[in-house]
Amino acid sequence: MKRSRLAFWIFFAPVFLWLFLLIVLPHLELLTMSFMGENDYGDTVWTLNNYMNFFNEPVYWYTFVRTAMFAILTTFITFLLAMPVSFYIAKLARTKVQGALMIMLLLPFWVSELVRIYGWMILLRESGVLNYFMLQLGIIDKPIEMLYNDASMIMGLVYTSMLFMIVPLVSVMESLDDSLIEAAHDLGAGSFAIWRTIILPHCKPGITSGSIVVFMLALGNYLTPNLMGGKNSLWFTEQIYNQFIASFNWNQGAAFGFLLLLLSSLIIWVGLKLTGQKLGEVAS
Amino acid sequence: MIRSLPRSKKYDCSFNLFILLYFTFLFAPLLVTCVLAFNNSNYPSLPWQGFSLDWFFADGPDRIGLFHDSQNLRSIVTSFQTAFFVSILSVVVGTCASFLFEKENFRFKGALYFLMLAPLVIPGVILGISLLLAANYAGTYFDNTMGIDLDIFRPSFWLVVLGQFSFITTFVTLVVSARLRKFDISLEEAALNLGATPFEVIWHVTLKFLRPSLIGAGAVAFLMSFENFNTTLFLVGSEPTLPINLYLQVRDGSTPVINAVSLMLIVGTSLLALANLYFTKKEV
Repeated sequence: MKRSRLAFWIFFAPVFLWLFLLIVLPHLELLTMSFMGENDYGDTVWTLNNYMNFFNEPVYWYTFVRTAMFAILTTFITFLLAMPVSFYIAKLARTKVQGALMIMLLLPFWVSELVRIYGWMILLRESGVLNYFMLQLGIIDKPIEMLYNDASMIMGLVYTSMLFMIVPLVSVMESLDDSLIEAAHDLGAGSFAIWRTIILPHCKPGITSGSIVVFMLALGNYLTPNLMGGKNSLWFTEQIYNQFIASFNWNQGAAFGFLLLLLSSLIIWVGLKLTGQKLGEVAS
Repeated sequence: MIRSLPRSKKYDCSFNLFILLYFTFLFAPLLVTCVLAFNNSNYPSLPWQGFSLDWFFADGPDRIGLFHDSQNLRSIVTSFQTAFFVSILSVVVGTCASFLFEKENFRFKGALYFLMLAPLVIPGVILGISLLLAANYAGTYFDNTMGIDLDIFRPSFWLVVLGQFSFITTFVTLVVSARLRKFDISLEEAALNLGATPFEVIWHVTLKFLRPSLIGAGAVAFLMSFENFNTTLFLVGSEPTLPINLYLQVRDGSTPVINAVSLMLIVGTSLLALANLYFTKKEV
């Protein structure tokens, strides 16, 4: 069917304006700002100083590497937790229960991340609910501070991004034909062999898309490290925030922002290459 | 292994236990938050001091309940306004985008599609700072060359709307495209043969078909906007949205009013999410 040029422009114009004005231009601005700085006379000049600062100041790149490592660790833990849960929902639960379980899985994630983190804070902190119960039961004599450390921060990150791993995993597992597993079982394969040769290879697309989203969310998260990681959480988004809001050094902040963008794009690209997928496939 | 295969009692029991623990992990923070909203104590922690509705209805001077707390109420209104504009804008532009990518062919389509997906892999913090930089640049430019001082380029309500719109539209596009792909093109051809103009066809046939996904995408956009924190953080002006306002309160020490706000959020979003689920199920 031949469509009019007019229709094309009606669809094209808003989309182009959106992508050009709100995505392309701002990121070009981010890139140029990161190469700008003031010289000794207070004039604005092109400079590599913002990037030099990053490499010369150990705390900056330490935070950067730490953030990347913890984001990868978060992704891995989320995957380990999500795998059995999605297997249960797709393959073990009775069909009637399936829908209900799925709704129960989704519901907490509709609630703002802030509320969920706040819930964990009143559970875990020194005067929190868990400490209260442990004291009452006589398990401990003195309240323990369970908040503001790396473990609680990672738990918080896993908690907030869980859903984005479970949903793609459930959908790939549902598309796995049960008879394949039955056949393997009849031919004498053990659980381990079935997981390794049938279930995991089949789930690869779901694992990739889930991992990419979870990794991205963890890497770019500000709220959870800030509230659960305590004073020394050293998360890279916090460095960016400090440069922008506290030090008002926008050029330095732009350089950090661009480095974070580079890192996340790079790791996602490697992830896609390793599994031989395209971004378009993962997204849909 | 799976439903149809024999499983040992131990396997079943331990799997069920794991799932039970997982759901406890999922709901514990939300449950605790809700329960403590009714605790007659000045701190959001145990011990239980008795049931009280003070954190909702108290009118000072010792305690100010949510419904008399002007700061929280104002931020809720701001969030509603933001989410309203974001969902309208992103559904309109997202629908244009899905028409563009599903029905039109043009040069650089692949590149533009890739650009449309980019917000999925850009951390929200980066989107926020790059928009802040670009808006600031544009503001200075207009001020210097034309001498007009535009408020929209400062951190403000409309900048938040634009920032959220810039990535939520991608999600809308993906949801609407998925439905548009299932559309039977012969319906449009039939309408054209019967004498409808192209725009009548789109309005009466195609958009009618897309309606469930438009409503669903709108609801998702509304919720995503309502709870967005990372992008909003950098763009917010003198009118904080609810997540930003809550964050400031949580960071500076908490009172049970936060629990009351959280409870309202949990109930509100759950109802909206369930309604959305119910209607999209029914119409498909």
